[in-house]
Amino acid sequence: MTRFILRRLLQSLVVVLLVTVIVFILLHLLPGGPARAQLGPKATAMAIANFNHQQGYDRPLLVQYWRWLTELATGNLGFSVSLNQSVLSLIGERLPKTLVLTVLSTLFALVVAIPLGVVQAVRRNRAADYMITFWAFVFYATPPFFLGVVLIVVFSVYLPILPAEAPQSSSLRVILSQPAGLILPVLTLALLTIAQFSRYMRSSVIENLAEDYVRTARSKGAGESVVLVRHVLRNSLIPIATLLGLSLPAIFSGALITEAVFNFPGMGQLFWTAAQTQDYPIMLGITVLVGLATVIGSLLADLAYAVLDPRVRFA
Amino acid sequence: MSTEAHSERVSRNMDGPDADAERNRAANAEAHKRSRLVRTLSTFLENRLAVVGVGIVGFFLLFCYVGPSVYHTDQIHIELSETTLAPSLAHPLGTNEVGYDQLGRLMVGGQSSLEVGIAAALLATAFGTLWGAVAGYAGGVIDAAMMRIVDALLAMPALFLLLFLSSIARPNSGLLILVISLISWLGPARLVRGQALTLRTRDYVRSVRLMGGGPMRAVLRHIAPNSIGTVVVNAPFQVADAILTVAALSFLGLGVPPPAANWGDMLSNGINYVYDGYWWLIYPPGLAIVLVVVAFNLIGDALRDSFDVRLRRR
Repeated sequence: MTRFILRRLLQSLVVVLLVTVIVFILLHLLPGGPARAQLGPKATAMAIANFNHQQGYDRPLLVQYWRWLTELATGNLGFSVSLNQSVLSLIGERLPKTLVLTVLSTLFALVVAIPLGVVQAVRRNRAADYMITFWAFVFYATPPFFLGVVLIVVFSVYLPILPAEAPQSSSLRVILSQPAGLILPVLTLALLTIAQFSRYMRSSVIENLAEDYVRTARSKGAGESVVLVRHVLRNSLIPIATLLGLSLPAIFSGALITEAVFNFPGMGQLFWTAAQTQDYPIMLGITVLVGLATVIGSLLADLAYAVLDPRVRFA
Repeated sequence: MSTEAHSERVSRNMDGPDADAERNRAANAEAHKRSRLVRTLSTFLENRLAVVGVGIVGFFLLFCYVGPSVYHTDQIHIELSETTLAPSLAHPLGTNEVGYDQLGRLMVGGQSSLEVGIAAALLATAFGTLWGAVAGYAGGVIDAAMMRIVDALLAMPALFLLLFLSSIARPNSGLLILVISLISWLGPARLVRGQALTLRTRDYVRSVRLMGGGPMRAVLRHIAPNSIGTVVVNAPFQVADAILTVAALSFLGLGVPPPAANWGDMLSNGINYVYDGYWWLIYPPGLAIVLVVVAFNLIGDALRDSFDVRLRRR
């Protein structure tokens, strides 16, 4: 077990380093480099040379990378010229809002998708299974922005019961005090996740239902609900833990679109505006941060997997 | 089942050391191969949902590529006297905000969506297969290094990378294909690497080295072709995801520049008029995307079922 943890920790460290290398390469892929990105297209060659010298961009790439990395390690993600604020403080303002959106929708998705998957597996190839599968396919295939707009048309235009826009405030408390405005964004993001998770849950339960221990439990006289909840459900949830860890980037991508549709002042919207104003420090800072979160997430999922399933740690 | 009896007979013949079996082997192997293809195909076609999927894709291919030669529209010049007309006999799906006929635009836009989706999926699958095959065959440090790169790219949200890459250069269809395949080769790479890890220990792969064949030959002639099943099953899902990604990029303002358009551009454009009640600008392209993506997912599911014997028996 200790060896397994150590190996996974080392792997994660390498992946985090690679994430920073990729972001560093992206930074230098910019046409004209970071100087052009900050000073704009009209900057003179002299201004650019000056800027490069000041910022150390004329030093060897390895030296630059090391400096950038040590800055990152101390929490300096760069500075946004267009918003005149450090990237870290910008992210600090927006991240809690995105977390509200993603955590709420993921929790909601899990609460819905897990029972759906179980129902589908138990009533496999019957009407209920086909119905749920149909909707899972449809929601999976719907572009999130289209889904968001359809929800707005239904719930804000035809049946005007929910606001079409997320609460507009820079304060988290104000946003949380208007839960009605959160319903549609959370629902948009959740429907996509439900479509995906319920499919995984279904096949996971089907696989476990065919295992020997289910037959053993039944032959011992355990009732169907005990077999399902005590044995099958618990084992079927294990792959979902891994899936959750790996889904973090996809959930953030979904949040980016959802925030754009509902004008939700989160990190995705910050990223999108940064892309439009070509504010690269913000884009790269967020990418590093989400990359880090994903690596930690999948590490935790793997560790949870090893704790829950002894076959993994002894393999 | 007769198929099981058949394969049993084949395997018994192959095991037999006598000359008779030796002579029969070639013929039997041929029949076995053909019957496996037939079996795979028939399982695929037995799956009614798969037939629906193929039908939908076929319909849209006809609609997008044959349609414009039956239903002629001008998709180049704007017509400001005919903007946002509701559906009528002259324009079955109405016109958009600069006077393009919406039905004709759906055909032309579909070409772009399908081409970008399929091309990006093919490119990503080819590159991912090669990457995974090399990593799995090489093993050791090379494998670890190559797969950590995959992990690192997987850890970054695809849409974020796409937005970043597309903000560097104004996208056209070619660039979209490249950029989308840049982020979607990771799945196939991991799948094929898993296959390659088991394939490299097989005798026929080992004997390549024994006979003096280089690693290039082993990867290109043996590892990659033998993981084709996994790759083929994955390909329709790749197409579906690529079409969705194209649409998402359009929404974020990174579609192809007009007068060219794809379904995503049409949809995100129509959304600007959601409060004006111009439903024909929103639902037709939206439904087209949903239908095609569902269809490719159905095809992928059916392919997986027909390749996976374990699932077939259930």
